[in-house]
Amino acid sequence: MNDKPFIDWGWVSRHLDDVAELIGQHLQLTAIPVAIGFLIALVLATWATRHRRWIGPITAFTGLLYTVPSLAAFALLIPITGLSLLTAIIPLTTYTLLILVRNIVAGFESVPADVLEAAEGMGYTSRQRLWRIELPLAVPLMIAGLRLAVVTTIGLATVAAIIGDQFGGLGQFITEGLQTSFPTKIYLGAGLSLALAFVADFLFIRLERLITPWSRSRAGGR
Amino acid sequence: MHSQTTGHAVSRSRAATVEFDHVTKHYDSVQNRRGAAGAVDDLSFTVPAGKICVLVGPSGCGKTTSLKMVNRLIEPTSGRIRIDSVDISTRERTELRRGIGYVIQQVGLFPHQTIEENVATVPRLLGWQTARRRERAHELLALIGLDPAKYARRYPAQLSGGERQRVGVARALAADPPIMLMDEPFGAVDPIVRERLQNEFLRLQEDLAKTILFVTHDIDEAIKMGDLVAVLEVGGKLAQFGPPEEMLANPASDFVARFVGTDRGLKLLSLFRVGHLPMAEFPTVRVGDDAGTARRRSRTHAFPYELLVDDGRRPIGWIPDKAIPEEGALTADQAVPMSPRLDRRTTLKDALSLLLDANVQAGVVVDRHGALVGVVTVDEIAAWMRQRNASLGETVEGRDGTGASAEGGTEDRRAGPHGVDAHPAPAAADSP
Amino acid sequence: MDVIAWFTDPAHWSGFDGIPTRIAEHLVLCAAALLAATLIGLPIGLYIGHTGRAANLAINIANIGRAIPSYAVLVMLLPISLGLAPTLGYSPTIGLRIIPTFLAMALLAIPPILVNAYAGLQSVDRDLIEAGRGQGLREGQILRGIEIPLASSVIVGGFRTAALQVIATATIGAIVSYGGLGRYIIDGIARNDLPRVVAGAVLVAGLAIAIDLALAGLQRLLTPRGLRRPTTRGFTELAEVPQPAAGGGV
Repeated sequence: MNDKPFIDWGWVSRHLDDVAELIGQHLQLTAIPVAIGFLIALVLATWATRHRRWIGPITAFTGLLYTVPSLAAFALLIPITGLSLLTAIIPLTTYTLLILVRNIVAGFESVPADVLEAAEGMGYTSRQRLWRIELPLAVPLMIAGLRLAVVTTIGLATVAAIIGDQFGGLGQFITEGLQTSFPTKIYLGAGLSLALAFVADFLFIRLERLITPWSRSRAGGR
Repeated sequence: MHSQTTGHAVSRSRAATVEFDHVTKHYDSVQNRRGAAGAVDDLSFTVPAGKICVLVGPSGCGKTTSLKMVNRLIEPTSGRIRIDSVDISTRERTELRRGIGYVIQQVGLFPHQTIEENVATVPRLLGWQTARRRERAHELLALIGLDPAKYARRYPAQLSGGERQRVGVARALAADPPIMLMDEPFGAVDPIVRERLQNEFLRLQEDLAKTILFVTHDIDEAIKMGDLVAVLEVGGKLAQFGPPEEMLANPASDFVARFVGTDRGLKLLSLFRVGHLPMAEFPTVRVGDDAGTARRRSRTHAFPYELLVDDGRRPIGWIPDKAIPEEGALTADQAVPMSPRLDRRTTLKDALSLLLDANVQAGVVVDRHGALVGVVTVDEIAAWMRQRNASLGETVEGRDGTGASAEGGTEDRRAGPHGVDAHPAPAAADSP
Repeated sequence: MDVIAWFTDPAHWSGFDGIPTRIAEHLVLCAAALLAATLIGLPIGLYIGHTGRAANLAINIANIGRAIPSYAVLVMLLPISLGLAPTLGYSPTIGLRIIPTFLAMALLAIPPILVNAYAGLQSVDRDLIEAGRGQGLREGQILRGIEIPLASSVIVGGFRTAALQVIATATIGAIVSYGGLGRYIIDGIARNDLPRVVAGAVLVAGLAIAIDLALAGLQRLLTPRGLRRPTTRGFTELAEVPQPAAGGGV
């Protein structure tokens, strides 16, 4: 049996600032792609809801991007972007697109037709309708999409470290741990990325409840 | 941008005349494939200010299309719609809509806004101050019978179907528009709630006197709600336009006759109440009267019963002529227990039904203290209706084909839900 | 280009490091993991979907399954797998190469299969099931005769998601010494051999897309005629739609 402990807590306590730095990098590696992805998805989804024949092609294209396994996607970019930060950011961004576009479109479509008709009939301009009715009502599904995108990206961001150590993030602990056969680092990287994903998931559920008080207080909801 | 609009009391503001002038709407095949509403063919009629005009017809007859052309959710292919003589196509769409109340079947309350915010929708669009919007919303909630303290902060999902419909009406009234468009506003609730909402709304309308265009596919609702009824047939042709009595008494075509149904005679009866009948003084005998005098008097009229009343003229029952004793005083136990007791507000349809049910010729009509008003017989009801229909027929013939007016022939239109003659309908406003 | 040259080099088409071998390795492990995940996830999903019992379990599995990062799971299983090798009597080589990757793949493939089986059955019109019961069908007959056929497209949607997961994870498995197409990428990076890296990536991407398209076709084929819409990968639908939007209607 292996008598070395899986996790060397002494090492951990001596390297807390490294841990904090890598968590920070990981959050950055998650936030940037999700933010960019959300903006692109918002444009694509708004376009698709207004020009319905584009829904098919947009879904097919973002689906194709989603199908490429993460390690392959990072690898494919190396000849183009080298080992710059873009090599990690671009695939992580494209992964969010399918989820976000689909949820934003579903969000817009979830706005009941009678609500839109009432708004138009009462004299909302189309811009007022978008901002005051459609967007607020699409929020629950948008948030659900963001939640999924964030959690997925947290997981995929660890894979980027396989390509190289310049991206940082918790994947770097894992890779270094594997290279040096140091389980503490492996567990630290893996455990923290898992924890990060769950915390983000939880926070988004709270966020959604917080900003959609109307759906919480449903009379006889399911 | 944001316009003026000063505050209005809840009761009685302005109303406007709505005029359809040869309005036609065609759909090309592409639009039809998208499930567009029915077409409309050369529609002309005028709704006088303060009246409820019900558009009724089978599905695909263009009634909803007609309604939506008034607030320009749909643009006519040709023809004009005028509000107080102003062609609506010259007005800016959103500004026009903010001045027209709009109620739809599925209500369309904004699920993410509280009831108070929902009601204050148009005032907000018009740029009212927060405090004033609030005050107005609370005022309207009270008006429709929802306690503001309890309901203002709720969300639509927390309301019952009937409550949502009422909020929909309140929202449409918020900026005190002269015109309301109502598209099957009570169509999504169960029949009992619907009946209550209809009555409440009619009561409200007595004070509000808005000009209302009301769409329904339910002929009974049309008859009940309409001062005027426009029957449309498939293809969007106006089959008949006029007061509901006229439509029931003299359907303009086979289509209208079929649409109103074979029981239109009974429907017509439901429009009138016992108080409409001319009730002559009815001879009575009083408890304690001398039997001999009563006996002699009974021979002066053909009716084989005497009506016995007490000192307060409250009817006790009928005494058959033959059962009147030779002498002594009349007592209560000599009378046969009474046939239906009606009051002035009983509809003629109900009165007739009660009479037939009790298998009697005559019903006693009493006032709210139980004192005798008169007696109604089956024959009198029948005779009165015959006479009415005859006079209606004359007015219809004397009218021009477009049916441009609401006045005519129906001076004593049935009362609102309160009862007879409590609110004689105001004379129709002058048309342009 | 170098990548094309790499592909046309006959040396890369034979031997233990040849393209056919690597593809076979990749596919075999994927198939095995999918099979294992199906054996576990499908019955549970069908049970929950049919009985409606423990529906919260399905939803929680969906959420957890989505939150688990594949790389993290894989490496966490590695020391365990190595540590257990002497006790369970398998060779450390297998403990290093195959077991962690296989377990991670199977583990990650369970949630989409389970959840889509559940969601698929849930999506079947309750009236149809009532009608079946009313005609005297047994529960098993209802499941086989009504629910599964109607839900088959959604169920296959779960396999589609699971397949993607598995293919991607098998690629990452190369970092813990498993074979498969990921080898080219990992080795290429280690040797600074860019054409090898890119060739590996192209092969992986091509394989993933091909299998996804095949499953999408199957999904389409299984969708009852008259219900055909653009197909979707499953798994995500369930919690993506948190609650039906509060409509104004009744």
